[in-house]
Amino acid sequence: MGYDPANPMVDRITDIGPPHYEQFFPPVVKKNYGKWLYHELLQPGVLMHKGESGDECYTVRVGCARLISIELIREICDVADKHCDGYVRWTTRNNVEFMVDAKAKVQPLLDDLKSRGNKFPVGGTGASVSNCVHTQGWIHCHTPATDASGVVKAVMDELFDYFTSHKLPAQVRVALACCLNMCGAVHASDIAILGVHRKPPMIDHDAITGLCELPLAISSCPLGAVKPATVKNSAGEDIKSVKVNADRCMYCGNCYTMCPAMPLADPDGDGIAILVGGKVSNSRSMPMFSKLVIPFLPNTPPRWPETVAAVKNILETYAKDARKYERVGEWTARIGWEKFFEKTGIPFTIKSVDDYRLAYDTWRTTTQFKFTSHIK
Amino acid sequence: MPKHDTPLLDELEKGPWPSFVTDLKRQAEKKPECWDILGQLELSFKDKITHWKHGGIVGVFGYGGGIVGRYSDVPERFPGVAHFHTVRLNQPSSKFYSSAKLRDICDLWEKYGSGMTNMHGSTGDLVLLGTTTPNLEPLFYDLTHNLNQDLGGSGSNLRTPECCLGRARCEWGCYDTQDLCHTLTMHYQDEIHRPAFPYKFKFKFSGCPNDCVAAIARSDFAVIGTWRDDIRIDQAAVKGYVKGEFAPNGGAHSGKDWGKFDIKKEVLDLCPTECMWMEGDTLKIDNSECTRCMHCINVMPRALRPGVKQGATICVGAKAPILDGAQFATMTIPFVEVKKNEDGEFAEVVEVIEKIWDWWMEVGKNRERVGETIMRVGLPTFLKVMEVTPVPQHVKEPRSNPYVFWQEDEVEGGFERDVKEFRKRNAQ
Repeated sequence: MGYDPANPMVDRITDIGPPHYEQFFPPVVKKNYGKWLYHELLQPGVLMHKGESGDECYTVRVGCARLISIELIREICDVADKHCDGYVRWTTRNNVEFMVDAKAKVQPLLDDLKSRGNKFPVGGTGASVSNCVHTQGWIHCHTPATDASGVVKAVMDELFDYFTSHKLPAQVRVALACCLNMCGAVHASDIAILGVHRKPPMIDHDAITGLCELPLAISSCPLGAVKPATVKNSAGEDIKSVKVNADRCMYCGNCYTMCPAMPLADPDGDGIAILVGGKVSNSRSMPMFSKLVIPFLPNTPPRWPETVAAVKNILETYAKDARKYERVGEWTARIGWEKFFEKTGIPFTIKSVDDYRLAYDTWRTTTQFKFTSHIK
Repeated sequence: MPKHDTPLLDELEKGPWPSFVTDLKRQAEKKPECWDILGQLELSFKDKITHWKHGGIVGVFGYGGGIVGRYSDVPERFPGVAHFHTVRLNQPSSKFYSSAKLRDICDLWEKYGSGMTNMHGSTGDLVLLGTTTPNLEPLFYDLTHNLNQDLGGSGSNLRTPECCLGRARCEWGCYDTQDLCHTLTMHYQDEIHRPAFPYKFKFKFSGCPNDCVAAIARSDFAVIGTWRDDIRIDQAAVKGYVKGEFAPNGGAHSGKDWGKFDIKKEVLDLCPTECMWMEGDTLKIDNSECTRCMHCINVMPRALRPGVKQGATICVGAKAPILDGAQFATMTIPFVEVKKNEDGEFAEVVEVIEKIWDWWMEVGKNRERVGETIMRVGLPTFLKVMEVTPVPQHVKEPRSNPYVFWQEDEVEGGFERDVKEFRKRNAQ
């Protein structure tokens, strides 16, 4: 049968939801569901979960791009068919996990993965840099201030050794969002790479009438910088449009989201900000937001050397200085941000001093501080 | 479609991390539109700007979400990506797959799309990148009829719910995250597919306070597993850790010599409430002081386990920075059991969700996340809406200003007074 364009509503099936998860469990997972005792990491990228039954589930975690082809998925299926009874899963950080039910099956699986070039790096567990989660960037999005897959590839190439080892003080979560909309929600990451715009939107007065509802464009601005205006279009006609008060614009791009006639992306204006010290877990300390330490780095495809160097510098300064178990944000909380800037050598600029909403909470209201090289 | 020169992208074929460029080229041998993806991306690398146009509303009949329109702004040069819409498939809870299911999805996408995917999108969907408008209805027909699968959410609706892997392969799942995620996903199909909210609304389900799906940072409605009795202790295993028989943190620090395991330094002293101590070689915990942060359990998984009186804490209103700044979810319901009733529904959780929605759909402004609505009206108002008794746990600290909004009926004699009577006693 199949779809009949003449009768699109015939035999229509809707609202059936996703398939039930249980049918995709490997037998050892199904049998021991809810009855796991503890886990161990046998080596970077290899986990063993012990069940109350005595059963063991061995997991091999491999790094993977988020943007992948069906050819690669089919290859992942080949590996799953050969070693894992045809089951496989993805983690929330875009890693792939192959599970087997006996220790003897681990090495053949590792050997097979290794034989396939650099497609399946094993790692991302324990005190490592796990996979860098990210957004679409230039491959598929209309509002990005930087690319995603390209920057992440360049960063992960440089941090590769930290993906495949357990030598950091704690896990370090690196994440990238290609604009302030943050589909990737990088605001609680140890090291966040964030695409930022730096030029106010242009206004396409010839297109705005047909494309935008002006009240929505005006109300979209969190700082009231978009105002109604009567202007002349290129045909010399008076039309109702908007104007932008550039002094009040914070380049969030929310107006462009609501009004396609207000593009703000720009080759020189756009680039990357680096934020550090966020965490999601409640372990020891409460969840924390990432803080802006580098306001801008240029977009320098294909390998973004400034961004890669900045991330590596922060990571390695932390790795040298932090105590065991300390996340990046816990380390900076202990040593103080003045010490963070001193140790990393990142210049402190006024752009890291908050002047947005709730800014006062971040100003220092005590005489307690450390004398660092910043105070002359 | 011909190949394009991609000297910039070719640089990303070097290095040890898997290369999406190499992968795209491999796919292009079978799906030539991938040459145009590479060509347009190369142009973006050269121009340092995106070449995708703003949006475009496309979809399948009867649904208001699940497909995101995408068009090239250089279609003449790259006709293979002139239309390049995104299809979001609702992933199975916690992203386990059979190879048979994945191969079916690959075949479907080979037939109707570019062959490129995201495994997975930031919200959790299995994302299929790049198809044309005429392909949408046939794809949806095959998806529902042959694959028994459905689209996820987009727009101002309930976005595709997501959960950690929980009890499937983790010893710390304090409730059944997959069951709750799947059951609510099925319960709310209409809300996922037909936008009726002021803005997007996300559910995320984590089985313990480690919060592997970042529920507290990323979801409007975060259900995070916890327990309310005593941490289970295996004292023999504690001794094993102290003696160095077991690697701390499951071996997570194996790549560097951190010295011999020191339970005082690594566990007792890092406990945020200092509620643990050793009596000889026996570990003691004052559980009434414990805030269930997971650190000690993370470090000694063989010795310590969450208690048996398990359930979850519900936090509401997280979001990324746009527009008022980032918000974590606010602790609203300290403890629910997360149990199914005889009808197979998580009625207690559903009741909380619908109380939020009924209120937010009424008072939420256009494109206002529920966390922003709560910020605007204040937590006291939200707690009243939720019919939750305020407890000290709702705040990090009490307010430091005295500007309480007293209600008239709380003040003796009410607000109405006679100024003439007042003046008789108190001259101007």
